[in-house]
Amino acid sequence: MSKKPVEKKDPETTGHEWDGIQEFNNPLPRWWVWVFYLTIVWGIWYTIAYPAWPMIKGATAGYLGYSTRAEVAEEIERFKGMNSELEAQLASADLNTLTPGSDLHNYAIQSGRATYATWCSQCHGSGANGAVGYPNLLDNDWLWGGALEDIQMTVAYGIRSEDNDDTRYSEMPAFGEDYLSDEEIAQVVAYAMSLSPVTKDAADMSLVADGAVVFADNCSSCHMEDGTGDRSQGAPNLTDAIWLFGEDKAAITAVISEGPYGVMPAWSGKLTDSQINAVSAYIHQLGGGE
Amino acid sequence: MGILDKHVVLEKNATLLLVGSLLVVTVGGIVEIAPLFYLENTIEDVEGVRPYSPLELEGRNIYIREGCYVCHSQMIRPMRDEVERYGHYSLAAESQYDHPFQWGSKRTGPDLARVGGRYSDEWHVDHLADPQSVVPESVMPKYAFLLDKLIEPKYIQDVMKTNRIVGVPYTDEQIANAEADWLSQADPDGDNSDVDALQARYPKAQARNFDGKPGVSEMDALIAYMQMLGTLVDFSTFTPDASR
Repeated sequence: MSKKPVEKKDPETTGHEWDGIQEFNNPLPRWWVWVFYLTIVWGIWYTIAYPAWPMIKGATAGYLGYSTRAEVAEEIERFKGMNSELEAQLASADLNTLTPGSDLHNYAIQSGRATYATWCSQCHGSGANGAVGYPNLLDNDWLWGGALEDIQMTVAYGIRSEDNDDTRYSEMPAFGEDYLSDEEIAQVVAYAMSLSPVTKDAADMSLVADGAVVFADNCSSCHMEDGTGDRSQGAPNLTDAIWLFGEDKAAITAVISEGPYGVMPAWSGKLTDSQINAVSAYIHQLGGGE
Repeated sequence: MGILDKHVVLEKNATLLLVGSLLVVTVGGIVEIAPLFYLENTIEDVEGVRPYSPLELEGRNIYIREGCYVCHSQMIRPMRDEVERYGHYSLAAESQYDHPFQWGSKRTGPDLARVGGRYSDEWHVDHLADPQSVVPESVMPKYAFLLDKLIEPKYIQDVMKTNRIVGVPYTDEQIANAEADWLSQADPDGDNSDVDALQARYPKAQARNFDGKPGVSEMDALIAYMQMLGTLVDFSTFTPDASR
Protein backbone atom coordinates (compact mmCIF):
# COMPACT_ATOMS: atom_id res chain seq x y z
CA MET A 1 0.00 0.00 0.00
CA SER A 2 1.68 3.09 -1.22
CA LYS A 3 0.92 6.34 0.42
CA LYS A 4 0.91 9.53 -1.56
CA PRO A 5 3.01 11.92 0.43
CA VAL A 6 1.48 15.24 1.22
CA GLU A 7 3.20 17.84 -0.85
CA LYS A 8 4.69 20.85 0.76
CA LYS A 9 2.46 23.39 -0.99
CA ASP A 10 -0.73 21.66 0.21
CA PRO A 11 -2.51 23.01 3.30
CA GLU A 12 -2.43 21.10 6.55
CA THR A 13 -4.56 18.04 6.93
CA THR A 14 -7.17 17.63 9.64
CA GLY A 15 -5.17 14.74 10.99
CA HIS A 16 -7.87 12.24 10.11
CA GLU A 17 -7.03 9.24 8.04
CA TRP A 18 -9.41 6.64 6.68
CA ASP A 19 -7.94 3.84 4.69
CA GLY A 20 -5.17 6.09 3.60
CA ILE A 21 -7.44 8.94 2.67
CA GLN A 22 -6.54 12.20 4.35
CA GLU A 23 -8.58 15.40 4.58
CA PHE A 24 -7.19 18.85 3.82
CA ASN A 25 -8.05 21.45 6.40
CA ASN A 26 -8.90 24.16 3.85
CA PRO A 27 -10.21 27.44 5.16
CA LEU A 28 -13.81 28.27 4.23
CA PRO A 29 -14.16 30.46 1.13
CA ARG A 30 -13.76 34.06 2.13
CA TRP A 31 -17.03 35.22 0.51
CA TRP A 32 -18.89 32.54 2.46
CA VAL A 33 -17.37 33.57 5.76
CA TRP A 34 -18.25 37.19 5.17
CA VAL A 35 -21.85 36.35 4.25
CA PHE A 36 -22.03 34.32 7.42
CA TYR A 37 -20.83 37.24 9.54
CA LEU A 38 -23.21 39.51 7.68
CA THR A 39 -26.21 37.32 8.54
CA ILE A 40 -25.24 37.55 12.21
CA VAL A 41 -25.08 41.32 12.02
CA TRP A 42 -28.36 41.42 10.09
CA GLY A 43 -29.98 39.15 12.71
CA ILE A 44 -29.03 41.48 15.52
CA TRP A 45 -30.22 44.53 13.56
CA TYR A 46 -33.50 42.77 12.83
CA THR A 47 -34.27 42.13 16.48
CA ILE A 48 -33.67 45.80 17.20
CA ALA A 49 -35.67 47.09 14.24
CA TYR A 50 -38.68 44.81 14.64
CA PRO A 51 -40.65 43.58 17.66
CA ALA A 52 -38.55 40.81 19.15
CA TRP A 53 -37.08 40.65 22.63
CA PRO A 54 -39.44 39.51 25.36
CA MET A 55 -39.29 41.71 28.46
CA ILE A 56 -41.26 41.53 31.70
CA LYS A 57 -44.51 43.09 30.45
CA GLY A 58 -44.23 42.92 26.70
CA ALA A 59 -41.86 42.46 23.83
CA THR A 60 -39.68 45.29 22.55
CA ALA A 61 -41.54 47.23 19.88
CA GLY A 62 -38.57 47.76 17.60
CA TYR A 63 -37.41 51.18 16.40
CA LEU A 64 -39.22 50.87 13.06
CA GLY A 65 -42.51 50.69 14.99
CA TYR A 66 -43.87 47.90 12.82
CA SER A 67 -47.27 46.45 13.73
CA THR A 68 -49.42 44.12 11.62
CA ARG A 69 -52.58 45.62 13.01
CA ALA A 70 -51.53 49.18 12.38
CA GLU A 71 -50.43 48.24 8.89
CA VAL A 72 -53.76 46.67 7.92
CA ALA A 73 -55.69 49.58 9.47
CA GLU A 74 -53.55 52.00 7.50
CA GLU A 75 -54.06 50.08 4.28
CA ILE A 76 -57.83 50.02 4.76
CA GLU A 77 -57.82 53.76 5.51
CA ARG A 78 -55.77 54.45 2.42
CA PHE A 79 -58.29 52.75 0.12
CA LYS A 80 -61.18 54.31 2.00
CA GLY A 81 -59.59 57.69 1.48
CA MET A 82 -59.22 57.07 -2.24
CA ASN A 83 -62.89 56.21 -2.55
CA SER A 84 -64.28 58.54 0.09
CA GLU A 85 -65.60 61.13 -2.31
CA LEU A 86 -67.49 58.61 -4.42
CA GLU A 87 -68.65 56.74 -1.31
CA ALA A 88 -70.11 59.89 0.18
CA GLN A 89 -71.84 60.80 -3.05
CA LEU A 90 -73.21 57.30 -3.43
CA ALA A 91 -74.50 57.07 0.13
CA SER A 92 -76.78 60.05 -0.40
CA ALA A 93 -77.39 59.66 -4.12
CA ASP A 94 -80.80 59.26 -5.66
CA LEU A 95 -80.12 56.06 -7.57
CA ASN A 96 -82.65 56.93 -10.25
CA THR A 97 -80.64 59.92 -11.31
CA LEU A 98 -77.28 58.20 -11.77
CA THR A 99 -76.12 58.80 -15.29
CA PRO A 100 -74.95 55.58 -16.92
CA GLY A 101 -71.30 55.96 -17.82
CA SER A 102 -70.61 58.56 -15.14
CA ASP A 103 -67.90 57.87 -12.60
CA LEU A 104 -70.43 57.47 -9.83
CA HIS A 105 -72.54 55.01 -11.81
CA ASN A 106 -69.47 53.07 -12.80
CA TYR A 107 -68.27 52.96 -9.18
CA ALA A 108 -71.71 51.85 -7.98
CA ILE A 109 -71.86 48.96 -10.44
CA GLN A 110 -68.28 47.80 -9.89
CA SER A 111 -68.32 47.99 -6.10
CA GLY A 112 -71.86 46.62 -6.11
CA ARG A 113 -70.58 43.59 -7.97
CA ALA A 114 -67.91 43.04 -5.28
CA THR A 115 -70.45 43.47 -2.50
CA TYR A 116 -72.80 41.08 -4.27
CA ALA A 117 -70.08 38.44 -4.64
CA THR A 118 -69.18 38.69 -0.97
CA TRP A 119 -72.57 38.86 0.68
CA CYS A 120 -75.31 37.85 -1.74
CA SER A 121 -73.95 35.19 -4.08
CA GLN A 122 -74.19 32.34 -1.59
CA CYS A 123 -77.99 32.35 -1.85
CA HIS A 124 -78.77 34.10 -5.12
CA GLY A 125 -75.93 32.41 -7.00
CA SER A 126 -72.66 33.86 -8.22
CA GLY A 127 -74.38 34.65 -11.51
CA ALA A 128 -77.50 35.96 -9.70
CA ASN A 129 -79.57 33.19 -11.26
CA GLY A 130 -80.94 32.06 -7.90
CA ALA A 131 -81.68 28.55 -6.67
CA VAL A 132 -84.69 26.65 -5.45
CA GLY A 133 -86.14 28.85 -2.70
CA TYR A 134 -83.80 31.75 -3.51
CA PRO A 135 -85.08 34.11 -6.20
CA ASN A 136 -83.40 34.65 -9.53
CA LEU A 137 -82.41 38.31 -9.82
CA LEU A 138 -81.86 38.32 -13.56
CA ASP A 139 -85.48 38.07 -14.64
CA ASN A 140 -88.34 40.54 -14.36
CA ASP A 141 -90.30 38.50 -11.84
CA TRP A 142 -90.06 40.34 -8.51
CA LEU A 143 -91.70 39.25 -5.28
CA TRP A 144 -91.50 42.64 -3.56
CA GLY A 145 -90.95 44.93 -6.54
CA GLY A 146 -88.12 45.55 -8.97
CA ALA A 147 -87.82 49.31 -8.97
CA LEU A 148 -84.59 50.73 -7.55
CA GLU A 149 -86.25 51.87 -4.32
CA ASP A 150 -87.91 48.46 -3.86
CA ILE A 151 -84.63 46.61 -4.30
CA GLN A 152 -82.88 49.06 -2.00
CA MET A 153 -85.52 48.54 0.69
CA THR A 154 -85.33 44.75 0.40
CA VAL A 155 -81.54 44.83 0.70
CA ALA A 156 -81.55 47.24 3.64
CA TYR A 157 -84.34 45.73 5.71
CA GLY A 158 -84.44 42.16 4.54
CA ILE A 159 -87.40 39.85 4.28
CA ARG A 160 -88.79 38.29 7.46
CA SER A 161 -85.51 39.23 9.09
CA GLU A 162 -85.53 38.73 12.81
CA ASP A 163 -83.14 41.51 13.60
CA ASN A 164 -84.88 44.35 11.82
CA ASP A 165 -88.25 45.80 12.78
CA ASP A 166 -88.73 47.44 9.40
CA THR A 167 -88.28 44.20 7.55
CA ARG A 168 -90.67 43.17 4.80
CA TYR A 169 -93.06 40.71 6.32
CA SER A 170 -95.78 38.36 5.24
CA GLU A 171 -96.44 34.77 6.05
CA MET A 172 -98.15 32.20 3.93
CA PRO A 173 -100.07 29.86 6.24
CA ALA A 174 -99.27 26.16 6.36
CA PHE A 175 -102.58 25.13 4.81
CA GLY A 176 -101.97 21.48 5.52
CA GLU A 177 -101.96 21.94 9.27
CA ASP A 178 -105.43 23.30 10.05
CA TYR A 179 -107.01 24.96 7.11
CA LEU A 180 -107.45 22.54 4.26
CA SER A 181 -108.00 18.82 3.89
CA ASP A 182 -105.68 16.74 1.74
CA GLU A 183 -108.41 16.60 -0.87
CA GLU A 184 -108.76 20.37 -0.97
CA ILE A 185 -105.01 20.76 -1.20
CA ALA A 186 -104.87 18.40 -4.16
CA GLN A 187 -107.60 20.47 -5.80
CA VAL A 188 -105.93 23.81 -5.23
CA VAL A 189 -102.57 22.41 -6.38
CA ALA A 190 -104.23 21.38 -9.63
CA TYR A 191 -105.74 24.84 -9.99
CA ALA A 192 -102.47 26.63 -9.25
CA MET A 193 -100.67 24.41 -11.76
CA SER A 194 -103.28 25.21 -14.38
CA LEU A 195 -102.47 28.91 -14.04
CA SER A 196 -98.85 28.72 -15.11
CA PRO A 197 -97.77 27.99 -18.68
CA VAL A 198 -95.04 25.58 -17.55
CA THR A 199 -97.24 23.41 -15.35
CA LYS A 200 -100.52 23.70 -17.26
CA ASP A 201 -100.12 20.41 -19.07
CA ALA A 202 -99.29 18.50 -15.88
CA ALA A 203 -102.30 19.81 -13.96
CA ASP A 204 -105.05 17.35 -13.10
CA MET A 205 -107.89 18.96 -15.05
CA SER A 206 -110.60 17.02 -13.20
CA LEU A 207 -109.73 18.86 -9.96
CA VAL A 208 -109.26 22.33 -11.41
CA ALA A 209 -112.87 23.46 -11.11
CA ASP A 210 -113.06 22.55 -7.40
CA GLY A 211 -109.59 23.98 -6.91
CA ALA A 212 -110.73 27.34 -8.25
CA VAL A 213 -113.30 27.51 -5.44
CA VAL A 214 -110.72 26.64 -2.78
CA PHE A 215 -108.36 29.21 -4.30
CA ALA A 216 -111.00 31.95 -4.27
CA ASP A 217 -111.78 31.23 -0.60
CA ASN A 218 -108.25 30.85 0.72
CA CYS A 219 -105.62 32.22 -1.62
CA SER A 220 -107.07 35.13 -3.53
CA SER A 221 -106.65 37.69 -0.78
CA CYS A 222 -102.89 37.63 -1.28
CA HIS A 223 -102.37 36.07 -4.69
CA MET A 224 -105.33 38.02 -6.15
CA GLU A 225 -108.37 36.51 -7.82
CA ASP A 226 -106.57 36.03 -11.11
CA GLY A 227 -103.46 34.63 -9.39
CA THR A 228 -101.19 37.47 -10.48
CA GLY A 229 -99.98 38.06 -6.95
CA ASP A 230 -99.51 41.17 -4.87
CA ARG A 231 -96.11 42.73 -4.45
CA SER A 232 -97.10 44.74 -1.40
CA GLN A 233 -97.38 41.41 0.43
CA GLY A 234 -94.64 39.59 -1.40
CA ALA A 235 -97.20 37.21 -2.83
CA PRO A 236 -95.79 35.75 -6.04
CA ASN A 237 -97.47 35.89 -9.38
CA LEU A 238 -98.73 32.34 -10.03
CA THR A 239 -99.55 32.85 -13.67
CA ASP A 240 -95.99 33.22 -14.90
CA ALA A 241 -93.50 30.49 -15.72
CA ILE A 242 -91.56 30.78 -12.45
CA TRP A 243 -91.97 28.50 -9.45
CA LEU A 244 -89.58 29.53 -6.73
CA PHE A 245 -89.79 26.27 -4.80
CA GLY A 246 -89.96 23.90 -7.76
CA GLU A 247 -92.49 23.27 -10.47
CA ASP A 248 -93.42 19.63 -9.91
CA LYS A 249 -96.60 18.61 -8.16
CA ALA A 250 -94.85 17.38 -5.02
CA ALA A 251 -92.99 20.67 -4.53
CA ILE A 252 -96.12 22.77 -5.05
CA THR A 253 -98.07 20.53 -2.66
CA ALA A 254 -95.32 20.90 -0.05
CA VAL A 255 -95.39 24.69 -0.35
CA ILE A 256 -99.15 24.85 0.12
CA SER A 257 -99.22 22.34 2.97
CA GLU A 258 -96.20 23.55 4.92
CA GLY A 259 -96.12 27.23 4.02
CA PRO A 260 -92.85 28.65 2.78
CA TYR A 261 -90.98 31.04 5.04
CA GLY A 262 -88.06 32.38 3.07
CA VAL A 263 -85.79 34.69 5.04
CA MET A 264 -83.46 37.31 3.66
CA PRO A 265 -81.19 39.02 6.20
CA ALA A 266 -81.42 42.77 6.71
CA TRP A 267 -78.16 44.32 5.55
CA SER A 268 -78.56 47.82 6.92
CA GLY A 269 -76.40 47.12 9.97
CA LYS A 270 -73.81 45.06 8.16
CA LEU A 271 -73.27 47.03 4.95
CA THR A 272 -72.78 50.77 4.68
CA ASP A 273 -75.40 52.96 2.99
CA SER A 274 -73.18 53.33 -0.03
CA GLN A 275 -72.70 49.56 -0.26
CA ILE A 276 -76.47 49.03 -0.10
CA ASN A 277 -76.96 51.62 -2.83
CA ALA A 278 -74.20 50.08 -4.90
CA VAL A 279 -75.52 46.55 -4.67
CA SER A 280 -79.07 47.76 -5.40
CA ALA A 281 -77.87 49.56 -8.51
CA TYR A 282 -75.89 46.48 -9.53
CA ILE A 283 -78.88 44.16 -9.16
CA HIS A 284 -81.17 46.62 -10.90
CA GLN A 285 -79.04 46.69 -14.03
CA LEU A 286 -78.64 42.90 -14.25
CA GLY A 287 -81.63 42.61 -16.55
CA GLY A 288 -84.88 42.68 -14.65
CA GLY A 289 -84.81 46.12 -13.07
CA GLU A 290 -87.92 48.21 -13.50
CA MET B 1 -5.20 29.16 20.17
CA GLY B 2 -7.83 31.70 19.27
CA ILE B 3 -11.42 31.43 20.40
CA LEU B 4 -12.54 30.24 16.97
CA ASP B 5 -10.03 27.42 17.10
CA LYS B 6 -11.53 26.15 20.34
CA HIS B 7 -14.55 25.19 18.25
CA VAL B 8 -12.44 22.32 17.02
CA VAL B 9 -12.94 20.65 20.39
CA LEU B 10 -16.71 20.60 19.82
CA GLU B 11 -16.36 19.45 16.26
CA LYS B 12 -14.17 16.55 17.15
CA ASN B 13 -16.33 15.18 19.94
CA ALA B 14 -19.76 13.93 18.85
CA THR B 15 -21.22 13.74 22.36
CA LEU B 16 -20.04 17.20 23.24
CA LEU B 17 -21.51 18.52 19.98
CA LEU B 18 -24.85 16.92 20.82
CA VAL B 19 -24.90 18.40 24.30
CA GLY B 20 -23.90 21.79 22.93
CA SER B 21 -26.65 21.71 20.25
CA LEU B 22 -29.21 20.76 22.88
CA LEU B 23 -28.17 23.74 25.01
CA VAL B 24 -28.54 26.13 22.08
CA VAL B 25 -32.00 24.80 21.18
CA THR B 26 -33.04 25.03 24.83
CA VAL B 27 -32.07 28.66 25.07
CA GLY B 28 -33.91 29.37 21.81
CA GLY B 29 -36.97 27.59 23.12
CA ILE B 30 -36.99 29.47 26.38
CA VAL B 31 -36.64 32.83 24.67
CA GLU B 32 -39.25 32.11 22.00
CA ILE B 33 -41.85 30.03 23.78
CA ALA B 34 -41.78 30.80 27.49
CA PRO B 35 -42.73 34.50 27.16
CA LEU B 36 -45.94 33.54 25.33
CA PHE B 37 -47.26 32.22 28.61
CA TYR B 38 -46.77 35.38 30.62
CA LEU B 39 -46.68 38.33 28.22
CA GLU B 40 -49.87 40.36 28.39
CA ASN B 41 -49.96 41.17 24.70
CA THR B 42 -50.21 37.53 23.68
CA ILE B 43 -53.20 36.89 25.94
CA GLU B 44 -55.18 40.02 25.22
CA ASP B 45 -58.38 40.12 27.26
CA VAL B 46 -61.37 40.83 25.05
CA GLU B 47 -64.82 41.63 26.32
CA GLY B 48 -67.60 39.32 25.21
CA VAL B 49 -65.62 36.14 24.67
CA ARG B 50 -67.16 33.31 26.65
CA PRO B 51 -66.91 29.52 26.69
CA TYR B 52 -69.24 27.69 24.30
CA SER B 53 -72.75 26.89 25.43
CA PRO B 54 -73.46 23.14 25.68
CA LEU B 55 -75.31 22.99 22.34
CA GLU B 56 -72.63 25.04 20.59
CA LEU B 57 -69.99 22.74 22.02
CA GLU B 58 -71.95 19.76 20.72
CA GLY B 59 -72.03 21.41 17.29
CA ARG B 60 -68.33 22.11 17.48
CA ASN B 61 -67.66 18.45 18.14
CA ILE B 62 -69.71 17.54 15.07
CA TYR B 63 -67.74 20.14 13.10
CA ILE B 64 -64.52 18.45 14.19
CA ARG B 65 -65.87 14.93 13.67
CA GLU B 66 -66.88 15.70 10.09
CA GLY B 67 -63.49 17.23 9.42
CA CYS B 68 -64.85 20.61 8.37
CA TYR B 69 -61.46 22.07 9.30
CA VAL B 70 -59.89 20.20 6.40
CA CYS B 71 -61.41 22.70 3.98
CA HIS B 72 -62.45 25.62 6.17
CA SER B 73 -60.18 27.81 8.24
CA GLN B 74 -61.36 29.90 11.17
CA MET B 75 -58.77 32.62 11.11
CA ILE B 76 -59.20 35.91 9.35
CA ARG B 77 -55.72 37.24 8.77
CA PRO B 78 -54.93 40.92 9.26
CA MET B 79 -54.87 41.82 5.61
CA ARG B 80 -57.13 44.23 3.78
CA ASP B 81 -58.61 41.72 1.34
CA GLU B 82 -59.50 39.29 4.10
CA VAL B 83 -60.95 41.98 6.34
CA GLU B 84 -63.12 43.28 3.49
CA ARG B 85 -64.39 39.85 2.63
CA TYR B 86 -64.80 38.15 5.98
CA GLY B 87 -64.95 40.96 8.52
CA HIS B 88 -62.67 42.09 11.31
CA TYR B 89 -59.48 40.06 11.58
CA SER B 90 -59.54 37.32 14.19
CA LEU B 91 -58.27 38.00 17.68
CA ALA B 92 -56.40 35.38 19.65
CA ALA B 93 -58.96 35.72 22.43
CA GLU B 94 -61.74 34.58 20.11
CA SER B 95 -60.34 31.09 20.04
CA GLN B 96 -59.09 31.02 23.60
CA TYR B 97 -61.68 28.41 24.59
CA ASP B 98 -61.07 26.24 21.54
CA HIS B 99 -59.52 22.89 22.34
CA PRO B 100 -58.21 22.25 19.76
CA PHE B 101 -58.34 25.54 17.85
CA GLN B 102 -59.72 25.47 14.31
CA TRP B 103 -57.51 28.11 12.70
CA GLY B 104 -56.29 25.98 9.84
CA SER B 105 -54.41 27.13 6.79
CA LYS B 106 -56.23 25.27 4.03
CA ARG B 107 -59.10 27.06 2.39
CA THR B 108 -60.91 24.93 -0.13
CA GLY B 109 -64.03 26.61 1.19
CA PRO B 110 -64.29 30.07 2.68
CA ASP B 111 -63.10 31.06 6.13
CA LEU B 112 -65.78 30.53 8.76
CA ALA B 113 -64.44 32.59 11.65
CA ARG B 114 -67.28 35.12 11.27
CA VAL B 115 -69.93 33.08 9.51
CA GLY B 116 -72.35 33.62 12.41
CA GLY B 117 -75.41 35.63 11.44
CA ARG B 118 -74.27 35.87 7.87
CA TYR B 119 -76.85 33.47 6.49
CA SER B 120 -80.27 32.36 7.63
CA ASP B 121 -80.77 29.02 9.38
CA GLU B 122 -82.78 27.87 6.35
CA TRP B 123 -79.84 28.58 4.10
CA HIS B 124 -77.57 26.54 6.37
CA VAL B 125 -79.98 23.60 6.31
CA ASP B 126 -80.27 23.75 2.51
CA HIS B 127 -76.57 24.23 2.09
CA LEU B 128 -75.41 21.51 4.48
CA ALA B 129 -77.94 19.02 3.13
CA ASP B 130 -77.06 19.73 -0.50
CA PRO B 131 -74.47 22.45 -1.06
CA GLN B 132 -74.91 22.39 -4.81
CA SER B 133 -78.59 23.33 -4.47
CA VAL B 134 -77.54 26.84 -3.47
CA VAL B 135 -73.97 27.05 -4.76
CA PRO B 136 -73.86 25.00 -7.96
CA GLU B 137 -70.09 25.37 -8.36
CA SER B 138 -69.37 24.11 -4.82
CA VAL B 139 -67.29 20.97 -4.27
CA MET B 140 -68.50 20.49 -0.71
CA PRO B 141 -69.84 17.04 0.20
CA LYS B 142 -73.45 16.62 1.28
CA TYR B 143 -74.30 16.37 4.97
CA ALA B 144 -78.04 15.64 4.75
CA PHE B 145 -77.67 12.78 7.25
CA LEU B 146 -77.15 15.32 10.02
CA LEU B 147 -80.86 16.10 9.79
CA ASP B 148 -81.87 12.52 10.53
CA LYS B 149 -79.54 11.90 13.41
CA LEU B 150 -81.39 12.90 16.56
CA ILE B 151 -79.21 13.48 19.60
CA GLU B 152 -79.56 13.76 23.34
CA PRO B 153 -77.43 15.66 25.84
CA LYS B 154 -76.26 12.40 27.39
CA TYR B 155 -72.53 13.10 27.36
CA ILE B 156 -72.48 16.86 27.29
CA GLN B 157 -71.47 17.17 30.94
CA ASP B 158 -68.52 14.88 30.34
CA VAL B 159 -67.46 16.95 27.34
CA MET B 160 -67.62 20.12 29.41
CA LYS B 161 -65.69 18.55 32.27
CA THR B 162 -63.02 17.45 29.83
CA ASN B 163 -62.81 20.99 28.49
CA ARG B 164 -62.47 22.24 32.04
CA ILE B 165 -59.49 19.99 32.59
CA VAL B 166 -57.69 21.64 29.68
CA GLY B 167 -58.46 25.12 30.92
CA VAL B 168 -61.94 26.24 29.87
CA PRO B 169 -63.40 28.00 32.92
CA TYR B 170 -66.78 26.26 33.06
CA THR B 171 -68.34 26.85 36.46
CA ASP B 172 -69.95 24.12 38.55
CA GLU B 173 -73.26 25.83 37.88
CA GLN B 174 -72.74 25.69 34.12
CA ILE B 175 -71.87 22.02 34.26
CA ALA B 176 -74.79 21.20 36.56
CA ASN B 177 -77.20 22.92 34.15
CA ALA B 178 -75.58 21.60 30.98
CA GLU B 179 -78.46 19.36 29.93
CA ALA B 180 -81.09 21.97 30.69
CA ASP B 181 -79.20 24.65 28.75
CA TRP B 182 -78.64 22.27 25.88
CA LEU B 183 -82.37 21.62 25.61
CA SER B 184 -83.38 25.26 26.15
CA GLN B 185 -81.17 26.43 23.32
CA ALA B 186 -82.41 23.86 20.82
CA ASP B 187 -86.06 24.13 21.80
CA PRO B 188 -86.79 27.44 23.54
CA ASP B 189 -90.54 26.78 23.51
CA GLY B 190 -90.19 23.41 25.25
CA ASP B 191 -91.91 22.67 28.53
CA ASN B 192 -88.83 22.98 30.72
CA SER B 193 -86.96 25.51 28.65
CA ASP B 194 -85.53 28.58 30.31
CA VAL B 195 -83.82 30.78 27.75
CA ASP B 196 -83.19 33.59 30.24
CA ALA B 197 -81.16 31.27 32.44
CA LEU B 198 -79.27 30.05 29.37
CA GLN B 199 -78.46 33.60 28.29
CA ALA B 200 -77.45 34.58 31.81
CA ARG B 201 -74.89 31.79 31.76
CA TYR B 202 -73.95 32.26 28.10
CA PRO B 203 -74.52 35.85 26.97
CA LYS B 204 -75.58 36.25 23.33
CA ALA B 205 -76.53 32.55 23.07
CA GLN B 206 -79.14 32.19 20.34
CA ALA B 207 -82.01 29.86 21.14
CA ARG B 208 -84.34 28.53 18.48
CA ASN B 209 -85.18 25.49 16.45
CA PHE B 210 -82.25 25.82 14.09
CA ASP B 211 -83.15 23.18 11.52
CA GLY B 212 -86.90 23.90 11.63
CA LYS B 213 -87.73 20.26 12.21
CA PRO B 214 -89.04 18.51 15.33
CA GLY B 215 -86.48 16.95 17.65
CA VAL B 216 -82.89 18.00 18.21
CA SER B 217 -80.72 16.75 15.39
CA GLU B 218 -77.01 17.05 14.76
CA MET B 219 -78.01 19.69 12.21
CA ASP B 220 -79.46 21.83 15.05
CA ALA B 221 -76.24 21.61 17.03
CA LEU B 222 -73.99 22.33 14.06
CA ILE B 223 -76.03 25.35 12.96
CA ALA B 224 -76.15 26.66 16.55
CA TYR B 225 -72.35 26.55 16.46
CA MET B 226 -72.08 28.13 13.00
CA GLN B 227 -74.44 30.95 13.89
CA MET B 228 -72.40 32.02 16.92
CA LEU B 229 -69.01 31.91 15.24
CA GLY B 230 -67.34 35.31 15.44
CA THR B 231 -70.38 37.03 16.94
CA LEU B 232 -69.21 37.35 20.55
CA VAL B 233 -66.99 40.39 20.27
CA ASP B 234 -68.79 43.66 19.57
CA PHE B 235 -66.44 45.55 17.27
CA SER B 236 -68.57 48.68 17.44
CA THR B 237 -67.32 49.14 20.99
CA PHE B 238 -64.08 47.17 21.03
CA THR B 239 -61.00 48.62 19.38
CA PRO B 240 -58.01 46.31 19.33
CA ASP B 241 -54.75 47.83 20.49
CA ALA B 242 -52.84 48.57 17.30
CA SER B 243 -49.46 47.84 18.84
CA ARG B 244 -50.30 44.20 19.39
